[in-house]
Amino acid sequence: MTQKQQSTQADLHPQTNDDVLAAVKWAAGEEVPLEIIGQGSKRALGRPMQTAHTLDMSALTGVTLFEPEELVLSAKAGTPLEEIVKLLDQHNQELQFEPMDIGPLLGNKPKLGTLGGLVSTNLSGPRRLKAGSVRDHILGVTAVSGRGEVFKSGGRVVKNVTGYDLSKGLTGAYGTLAVLTDIIVKVLPRAETEQTLVIVGLTDADAAQAMATAMGSNAEVSGAAHLPAELNQGQAHTYLRLEGFTPSVASRIENLSSLLKSMGAQERLDEEASRKCWINVRDCLPFAAQRDAPVWRVSCTPSEGHAIVHAVKNQTDVSAYYDWQGGLVWMQMNDGNPNAPILRNTIQQHGGGHATLIRADVATRQSTDVFQPQPAPLAALSKRYRENFDPKGVLNPGRMN
Amino acid sequence: MSGLMMPPLDQSVLARRARIVADLSAIVPGEGVVSDEHAMRVFESDGLTAYKALPFIVVLPETVEQVAAVLKYCSAGGIKVVPRGAGTSLSGGALPLEDAVLLVMSKFSRVLDIDYPNRCAVVQPGVTNLGITHAVAGEGFYYAPDPSSQIACSIGGNVAENSGGVHCLKYGLTANNVLGIEFVTIEGEVMRLGGKHLESEGYDLLGVLTGSEGLLGVVTEVTVRILQKPETARALLIGFPTSEDGGQCVADIISDGIIPGGMEMMDRPAIHAAEDFVHAGYPLDVEALLIVELDGPEAEVDYLIERVEKIARNNKSSTLRISTNEEERLSFWAGRKAAFPAVGRISPDYYCMDGTIPRKELPTVLARMRELSNHYNLRVANVFHAGDGNLHPLILYDANIPGELAKTEEFGAEILKLCVEVGGVLTGEHGVGVEKRDLMPEMFTEDDLKQQQRVKCAFDPDQLLNPGKVFPQLHRCAELGRMHVHRGNVPFPDLPRF
Repeated sequence: MTQKQQSTQADLHPQTNDDVLAAVKWAAGEEVPLEIIGQGSKRALGRPMQTAHTLDMSALTGVTLFEPEELVLSAKAGTPLEEIVKLLDQHNQELQFEPMDIGPLLGNKPKLGTLGGLVSTNLSGPRRLKAGSVRDHILGVTAVSGRGEVFKSGGRVVKNVTGYDLSKGLTGAYGTLAVLTDIIVKVLPRAETEQTLVIVGLTDADAAQAMATAMGSNAEVSGAAHLPAELNQGQAHTYLRLEGFTPSVASRIENLSSLLKSMGAQERLDEEASRKCWINVRDCLPFAAQRDAPVWRVSCTPSEGHAIVHAVKNQTDVSAYYDWQGGLVWMQMNDGNPNAPILRNTIQQHGGGHATLIRADVATRQSTDVFQPQPAPLAALSKRYRENFDPKGVLNPGRMN
Repeated sequence: MSGLMMPPLDQSVLARRARIVADLSAIVPGEGVVSDEHAMRVFESDGLTAYKALPFIVVLPETVEQVAAVLKYCSAGGIKVVPRGAGTSLSGGALPLEDAVLLVMSKFSRVLDIDYPNRCAVVQPGVTNLGITHAVAGEGFYYAPDPSSQIACSIGGNVAENSGGVHCLKYGLTANNVLGIEFVTIEGEVMRLGGKHLESEGYDLLGVLTGSEGLLGVVTEVTVRILQKPETARALLIGFPTSEDGGQCVADIISDGIIPGGMEMMDRPAIHAAEDFVHAGYPLDVEALLIVELDGPEAEVDYLIERVEKIARNNKSSTLRISTNEEERLSFWAGRKAAFPAVGRISPDYYCMDGTIPRKELPTVLARMRELSNHYNLRVANVFHAGDGNLHPLILYDANIPGELAKTEEFGAEILKLCVEVGGVLTGEHGVGVEKRDLMPEMFTEDDLKQQQRVKCAFDPDQLLNPGKVFPQLHRCAELGRMHVHRGNVPFPDLPRF
């Protein structure tokens, strides 16, 4: 469902940065809202919009700079992520935040999406726990603001505090501030190997404790997830991933294994099985099948994840599993109702955090706050922040609120 | 920067001084307001001591409510505010203004919560960087970013400056290690961003505030990530006949997939100054000295030490030592850590620069710097965070010689321009402050800077927070907000459509 074919909107297809600038200038002048798309893989994220035109960035492609020994890559925003991943792979490097492939969860094909879309949604995978999220790896951007002005922020070096970090400020903004045209990312060596230690049969609460112990050790765990029995063929699995140089992984898995010996029966996943296991966790595959049930992505205090799930389960029928040591809860609402108030109140009572409605039909996303509502002063500040980039509200208007 | 222009003094504020002192004293009672000239002198500069200004009034609040009330009062009265942490900024970020309240956060010095299961600590902004590590060291944890001022600098200041340190290639800057903050806007609104969870909701205002140099808000609480201390650390001390060889060695280490915990390089003048000072046993017949520190599990460190040794030998290393115990490792670092005072010993004054360059440009930059050094007839020593390209040239000068400071600053500016020219940036970790303010157009276009200033307008529409810092030219927010488009006059873009 790249939707390009189905669209009834008039599309603008910029071929160059200058075209993008001209398009946004026109939109700002005429106050015509634009929907910014790349490959359209994440179009079903966020609030539905009413826009007469799409700004289709898919022709602005190409890696413009890649220096593996400098750990830097720059690409046009419309560059397919898959192209970047493959290029890095050839040099034993990767985007360390482990970008999530949201296609399967949304009922789309896998491996779609552009670098611009990734940055705009800030969807990081399991390694976010150790390596940081997309925003932690964006070194610089060039963009066209909703005012119709080109601006850049950051640069191509890792260490840079020159001016405000607008690269972070645009990451995760769902295209509501500016149209990204060029993005510079930090790339890092890919681990030589990986193994996953599995603890079998833990309750959610015991799993939270096991994950906290593992993360608090010096085993350098790069993934900590828990799948309860109902989502894992009748057997609860707590996954702890170790990555790095072969002798290091071999030594750390022994240490971690003995540290957690008393927690429950253990298994180990070798490199190949480990990779597969973490794709399942990363891409929310346990919830890919049941298309009509809303899915939430909950960011919370890691040790509170299981308590939140437990409390919500007492009020409605949900399935849930945990990533990021419990700090990321994927929750499927099995009764088809998003139950936003129940979920958000529960999060509030458990140390705070936020919930984003990732999968839901258009009507539901229309009637529900997809993103966490903010306290009034912060909401007002966010609005002023947005208006200073896009005073006329022409870029993805209403996508975030 | 000798001819630094600061915002014009607000005479109406100066005229109301007695009244303002009384009003602030009502908000922050006791000794929280300092208005005596003699007592205010201690605050007249930060770590960039070449620049001094007597604050208008100094306020040391103790509670968030007081911070909010002070800011609200200043905002309503059109009074400028300069926030200050421990005052260790090397760029003049906390340089007072003669018509601005200096808001000193040093009384916010409590660790509020240590949460080991969630690997975070909630602290007040006046807690020192090293204070966080001390608070959690008992359980084997530490706070990773380690600016060289870590004994003194406060975490609130670290957030304001997005401070780095020698370990940031592997462990990140402040921005990558802060989970949440509470801050107060100039209007006195208290807001929270993030927390113990991993991502703050909505726009990444936390990312924007981190490194905003006190221009957007005053941080009143910080939640930081704490990490388990690596099991072990060992270091290699490697000398090279040329900086090219040293630079290539760094590139090869990284190409081999190794991200060392620390990777520092020094040039010949820095090596000699350090060795003369601390007798660390540094080789004196090399052009570049590289310290590579590997940390992590013992099995990994031992394995990588061998790999790095091989890479170094393939890059014509002329001397190579590997630490076999903690004492030896620390001795490798002793000279590097003492590099600044060591240079201070051989020159009456020194001026520390802070550009970042793509690593591969190091030989070019060093060569050009030597030319500049000859041209200005000023010596320069270089220490270099080799892993991330952050270069600290130390220009040696004597402030007592008339005109030499100005000449030094000119030399420094040339170096920073050179950094930008080769694809780098003006400041890697020290911040823009007042020091590099007027160089910002070297790196940014007018539109780049205007967009940044518009972000400031969202937080501080009257531009009362730390004015005169970061931006070379102040524009009024109303002017920045104006859109220069005219309906109908903008030609419809000639774009392929379907």
